[in-house]
Amino acid sequence: MPTSYYLILSFVLFLIGTAGVLLRRNALIVLMGIELQINGGNLALLAFSRQLNDLKGHVFAFLIIALAAAEAAVGLAILVGLFRSRQTINLDEATLMKR
Amino acid sequence: MTFDLRLIPLFPFLGAVLLMLFGRKWSRDFVFVVAALAIGAACVVSADACFFQLPDAGAGGLTDVVGTWIATGDLHIDLAFRMDGLSGVMCMVITFVGLLIHVFAAGYMADDPDYARFFAYLNLFCGAMLVLVLGDSLPVLFIGWEGVGLCSYLLIGFWYSSNDNADAGKKAFITNRIGDFGFLLGMFLLFQYAGSLSVPDITSAATATGPLMQPLWLGQPVAFWAALFLFVGATGKSAQIPLYVWLPDAMAGPTPVSALIHAATMVTAGVYMIARMHAVYMLVPAAMAIVAVVGAATAMFAAVIGFAQNDFKKVLAYSTVSQLGFMFAGVGTGNFDGGIFHLVTHAFFKAGLFLCAGSVMHAMSGSGDIRIMGGLRKKLPVTHAVFAACWLAICGIVPFSGFFSKDSIIAGAFGTEIYGEHLAWVGKLVCVMLMLAALGTAFYMTRLYLLVFSGDETRADEKIKHHIHESPPIMTVPLAVLAIGATLIGLIGLPGGLVHHPEANLLAHELQPVVGAELEVAPSIEWGFMAASLGLAVIGIMVAVAFYRGGYKEPARAFGAKFPGFLRLVQDKFRIDELYDRVFIRPIKTFSRGLFTFVDRIIVDKILVEGTGFVVDIFARLARAVQGGDGQRYMAVFAVGVAVLVHFATQPTLPFTKLKVTQTGRAVEVDAHRGNKQSTRPLEYAFDFGDGRPIVKGTAAEQRHDYDRAGNYTIHVTVRDPRWGTENDLKEKVEVR
Repeated sequence: MPTSYYLILSFVLFLIGTAGVLLRRNALIVLMGIELQINGGNLALLAFSRQLNDLKGHVFAFLIIALAAAEAAVGLAILVGLFRSRQTINLDEATLMKR
Repeated sequence: MTFDLRLIPLFPFLGAVLLMLFGRKWSRDFVFVVAALAIGAACVVSADACFFQLPDAGAGGLTDVVGTWIATGDLHIDLAFRMDGLSGVMCMVITFVGLLIHVFAAGYMADDPDYARFFAYLNLFCGAMLVLVLGDSLPVLFIGWEGVGLCSYLLIGFWYSSNDNADAGKKAFITNRIGDFGFLLGMFLLFQYAGSLSVPDITSAATATGPLMQPLWLGQPVAFWAALFLFVGATGKSAQIPLYVWLPDAMAGPTPVSALIHAATMVTAGVYMIARMHAVYMLVPAAMAIVAVVGAATAMFAAVIGFAQNDFKKVLAYSTVSQLGFMFAGVGTGNFDGGIFHLVTHAFFKAGLFLCAGSVMHAMSGSGDIRIMGGLRKKLPVTHAVFAACWLAICGIVPFSGFFSKDSIIAGAFGTEIYGEHLAWVGKLVCVMLMLAALGTAFYMTRLYLLVFSGDETRADEKIKHHIHESPPIMTVPLAVLAIGATLIGLIGLPGGLVHHPEANLLAHELQPVVGAELEVAPSIEWGFMAASLGLAVIGIMVAVAFYRGGYKEPARAFGAKFPGFLRLVQDKFRIDELYDRVFIRPIKTFSRGLFTFVDRIIVDKILVEGTGFVVDIFARLARAVQGGDGQRYMAVFAVGVAVLVHFATQPTLPFTKLKVTQTGRAVEVDAHRGNKQSTRPLEYAFDFGDGRPIVKGTAAEQRHDYDRAGNYTIHVTVRDPRWGTENDLKEKVEVR
């Protein structure tokens, strides 16, 4: 299959993830959206890696998967903290940066 | 010949700095020793330079170039000092009289809490004054000129806790600024036309055919206007009509200040400056006539005001204005050594008179009102003797010093020949005016003397009378020295024409290399004027004796009763201050108030300041709406931003290409290769050679073409990138022969 199919899929994944991040109010869903964005990026890396016959892309992808796990851990910890302090994880109510 | 002239002003400046820094911590005696040593050292160095070095120095005098001060474009100004006969005489007067006044002030200011500050200012003044007289160029002179103005301001307002004193200081400073503006204009004119500001350069440029004789305005040459503008500066500094009004008010300062600054030295700076610039003044008789007439008018006018003043120092102040008028009349009639001679004698007798005023006021518990004095002859014997000597000197009684100097000016005004034919009347007019002024001088000085010293009874109340005492020696010794000077200093300027010995006039001999030979008058005229001015002085004294001996006598009262309006007018100083207030000060204040309400309150405060705030406020409101604190919204903006950036960053760019055309006869080779950045991507090229033949298309970047006919052609090459569809048009003109 041509690389462009993978790239289109990667772009679609990234867009869905972005929409989730920007539009959903539930912080848990937002985290999931970020996960989708990361995986979209990963897919693009792997596609180019295959086309160029270069394993560096795979190495990057593994690195990013590890990074995403760490990110999810930190993100969930923040969510727990947020819930403890205001009994909600609705992002519309978390406008602390205004002050 | 070089000599370390910089030492002369350096000592007083050093004293001033030390006293300003440490004076508060030092004891009074030590403060006085430092101040007196500073001016004393300057006096010793001046004397060495003036009496021992100068006679061997040759035509240029002593010079000292400290370094380059300003060098920009055509303007080159050295910080340089020069001592010739003129500045030597000035230096000796300043340092010697200055030293005496420092000593006197040690007694007079003994109880003042700001002792050190006073002496710091006095030292600073002496330094500035010495820079003024030693400066070799007008800008250096101007530093001293402004420096003495500053010290004058500081010392008039020395007792600044009283508003009147502070106002008097401001008045002096502002009036002087008006004059200084004229002085600056004069300097600019001289620089523009003479090309230099150093005194020797200006002197050598001041010739009848030189650049200063070009007509400028109203058919008058540059030299006339330069001289006139400089004279405006002189009227400010030296208290001449119309800028004299500050000097009487300046008496608000401590009396030693009045003696040093407002009688002996600073106010003579204008006379000095004109003598220094005599080459320019001598070019234009009309300017000289203005100087002489203004001087003579001031001499008369101020003498009349002096008739009816009741404050000891005010009488002396108007007397100073009047005597300065004599000096200007002297230099204005081309009688430069006469003017400088009177400057020297006046420095002695007027400093003596002022210090006597200080001594008397010291005895009278600080009061200067001559109506409550009288009978002080026996109570203050030393002061009385000194005052008497100085009084006879200023009245012009032979053989006291003022007699010779005043006579030199009056006779010189009559005998001068500088004005040419159609202005010859000026000399005679000035001569008559000066004789009337001399008569008035004798009258008001005798009035002052009699009201203060004659009679048996002091008119003050018992409390003051009880306190009257002679001043301590630290005050009376300088007085005595000044009295000796006031009596004998006339000997340095004996008219050379009378004794048929050109070197008899020591002063004129000293000044001769600077301002030219003594203005000699025929002996018969000289004798005649000597007799006439002596006679006038005696008449003035006699009238005053009849009016005021032992207090206000019947004739004085009768005169006052007969002309009450005139008396009031004179007592009110002809209401010149009020006139200036109406004509200048109030309109300026009204105008300023208008500027304040319109420009400051409305334009600056409302539009500029509050307007700026308003604009910032609006933008802040807009920006605040963006800052909602909602992270998702921030992210959305961020995503849009990234999208925009990516869009522009990934725009396909045109491959950089350029045309290279090589001609051989009618054949041209066109090379449309890219520049140094080669890429494997194939590009499409379309060659149009501009001669009507079909366009050659293909992927080759090079084409060869043969023209059929000679002519001018334009080659168009279109480069296309098939991947992105971008195109680049290249053009080149060729001429085929």
